[in-house]
Amino acid sequence: MPVLLITDVFLWAMLLAVLVYAWRVRRNEPLRRTWALVFRRPVAAVSAVELGFFVCVALLDSVHYRPALPGAAGQALTHAAEPVSLLDQLLAPLVQARERSYSEPLAITAFRKQSVEQDGQVLRDYPRLRFGGAHLQDASMHSADLWQRTALGLGLGALASLVLIGLGLGWAAWRSQQPMAVVSRRWLRGQTVWPWRALALSLSVLLLACGWALVLSQHYHVLGTDRTGNSVLVMALKSIRTALVIGSLTTLVVLPLAMLLGVLAGYLRGWVDEAVQYLYTLLASIPDVLLIAASVLMLQVFIDKNQAFFATGLERADARLFFLCLLLGITSFTGLCRLVRGETLKLRELEYIQSARAFGVSTPRILRLHIVPNLMHLVLINTVMQFSNFVLAEAVLSYVGVGVDPKTASFGVMINTARSELAATPVVWWTLSTAFVFMLLLVLSANLLADAVRDAFDPRMRLGKVPRREAAGQEASA
Amino acid sequence: MIRFLLRKIAYGLLVLAGINLLTFVLFFQVNTPDDMARMQLGGKRVTAEAIEKWKAERGYDRPLYFNDAETGTARLTNTVFMDSSLRMFVFDFGQADSGRDIASEIQRRAWPSLALAAPTFIVGLGISITLALGLAFFRGTYLDFWGTVVCVVFMSISSLFFIVAGQFVFSRVLQLLPVSGYAGGLEAWRFLLLPIAVGILARLGAETRFNRTLFLEEINKDYVRTARAKGLGEAAVLFGHVLRNALIPILSASVAVIPLLFMGSLITESFFAIPGLGSYLIEAIGAQDFAIVRAMVFVGSVLYIIGLILTDISYSLADPRIRLQ
Repeated sequence: MPVLLITDVFLWAMLLAVLVYAWRVRRNEPLRRTWALVFRRPVAAVSAVELGFFVCVALLDSVHYRPALPGAAGQALTHAAEPVSLLDQLLAPLVQARERSYSEPLAITAFRKQSVEQDGQVLRDYPRLRFGGAHLQDASMHSADLWQRTALGLGLGALASLVLIGLGLGWAAWRSQQPMAVVSRRWLRGQTVWPWRALALSLSVLLLACGWALVLSQHYHVLGTDRTGNSVLVMALKSIRTALVIGSLTTLVVLPLAMLLGVLAGYLRGWVDEAVQYLYTLLASIPDVLLIAASVLMLQVFIDKNQAFFATGLERADARLFFLCLLLGITSFTGLCRLVRGETLKLRELEYIQSARAFGVSTPRILRLHIVPNLMHLVLINTVMQFSNFVLAEAVLSYVGVGVDPKTASFGVMINTARSELAATPVVWWTLSTAFVFMLLLVLSANLLADAVRDAFDPRMRLGKVPRREAAGQEASA
Repeated sequence: MIRFLLRKIAYGLLVLAGINLLTFVLFFQVNTPDDMARMQLGGKRVTAEAIEKWKAERGYDRPLYFNDAETGTARLTNTVFMDSSLRMFVFDFGQADSGRDIASEIQRRAWPSLALAAPTFIVGLGISITLALGLAFFRGTYLDFWGTVVCVVFMSISSLFFIVAGQFVFSRVLQLLPVSGYAGGLEAWRFLLLPIAVGILARLGAETRFNRTLFLEEINKDYVRTARAKGLGEAAVLFGHVLRNALIPILSASVAVIPLLFMGSLITESFFAIPGLGSYLIEAIGAQDFAIVRAMVFVGSVLYIIGLILTDISYSLADPRIRLQ
């Protein structure tokens, strides 16, 4: 039975919006060329692959349904109370393979000694794990088994990427009607218009990592387990959705608010301008974290008072996530609003808008046809630049205790728990490292893509204003 | 000048009044005094008398906005809203739930916050300007390219990681510095060294990259070409002309931040257990003490508005073309 969470709806709506935008870009020559500039940079293409992987995981995690419970034949079909997502279903073997407590990545024994009774004597020893390496009869087989499976996983990954590359080259050869050897040589030397070599490389790395994790997670906890014995890999994968929801949904709040208020203030001037300026000075003068903290505290009180409003714990946590995006959006729209207002002030004095006004074109029409399209590059640049900031902000807010619901998997919650683990002896290092690597990959690729978008869409970066020494450097690095 | 200042201050007061209204609605409308009393006194089994007593102690037993029982202006003034708002403007924040006076607590805690934030800010600014100038000097080379890449990588690392990693390496593994805590007087440096270093590192990437863009923009201006045309070397152009001119926007923008240094940094302070305003706020959020949170919102806004006014003044001092009006 499908269940629609609020954030699911918005996430899929975002995807739809992006697709519609992509379709429009295809039909619009100047836009298409600018976007081509973005993706001709190898760095941007590689980042897009990484981000694409993250988005796929998040989307898989955004199809929620309540699974049918197994019942006797003839009985009415019943559904589980808590909704699960497709990703949960895929990871179900790992979720069920819970250990008792901490275990190191790829370990077959627990991390701490426990009292085990053996032949009437109580021994302090590292007990074997329930799931990790349970298929091994003898602990001495451990490393050999690991190597074997690593080879298998990497081999599978390599095979998959080779097949992909082969198909791609074959397609390219067929398209260009040139012999395979010529096409391959050009690809290997990186002499293609699009950065296919970098793309193939990053895709291969991704496939290798996935193949390795896939094969090894059949019998081991690839990234270890946390204090309650849950797989860290599962937590990290589930955190991706939270991070992406925060990064993208917040944009959905920021954009309409900043555009509407900024354009109106800049174009209409007068009391509207005064009111909007007052509003954003007001919001900007309250320290962000404070405003969010205050609002989240209130929100928690509200949610606690209206427990009946939400059917399940998941829905409650989801509502909190949604409101967090809303709050983050309200506190951070001021920057873009100020920018849009300034740009509109400049635009409205330009001759083509003056003449449109002289011809008697109505204000809404001028705004829609002449002002807003000329602001889009600003909005786009700002949006992609903000994305990573929101992801980072979530970690901080969750640490302060005003972020996502403690039950929601998120990088902030992971770091928060990892903090006490680092103080323990011996050190539990894998939770923090996992959160670090996943978050770094996500934010770094978002930042790099944002850079490429800014360089392509900000005309100041292109038109002859680049000093000669830098221009030379760009060629060298390209 | 005087008139400009007065107008700015009047506008600031207007903004403060708005903030006050906003926080009041947030704290008292969404969450009525009855709820607060129940939460503070604990659980649901609280008698009505206990709630009334709690409210009376804090003066919350009056109507929120409009007092029908009174006559004349007292109908508006003898309310929770006017009472608590007017007191805010003379920095009387009342008592925290623990019974301490909030205003004196804020005064006491501002100094450790400043001792942490000021060196972080000043040294960080110095380092990032130096690095950015270096990148601008080597612009277009591999050094510049990889330097910028490193900046982006640093930007992409959550500040939480820097703190956790710093504590782990320097305090646990090397045992050079205490993990957390604070001491008054000159002894404080041992506790402050690590948080300051971490704070600088966490902001270095973004700041260096930003300053580098400013320098590169400045390099393209006409006067730089003139300087080159008259035969000045690259170093003389960069340090003699570009640096001095690019410093104007950098420093003027920094002025806005200076008053906020008193607020300290939320995360760093609570990780390192430094008894400043940031950790005060985190504790208040943890304990759900709304009086403190509201007071801190007010103080933060006042400092922000002071920063705005200082920015306007510093811009006009740095650039005579901008006139205060």
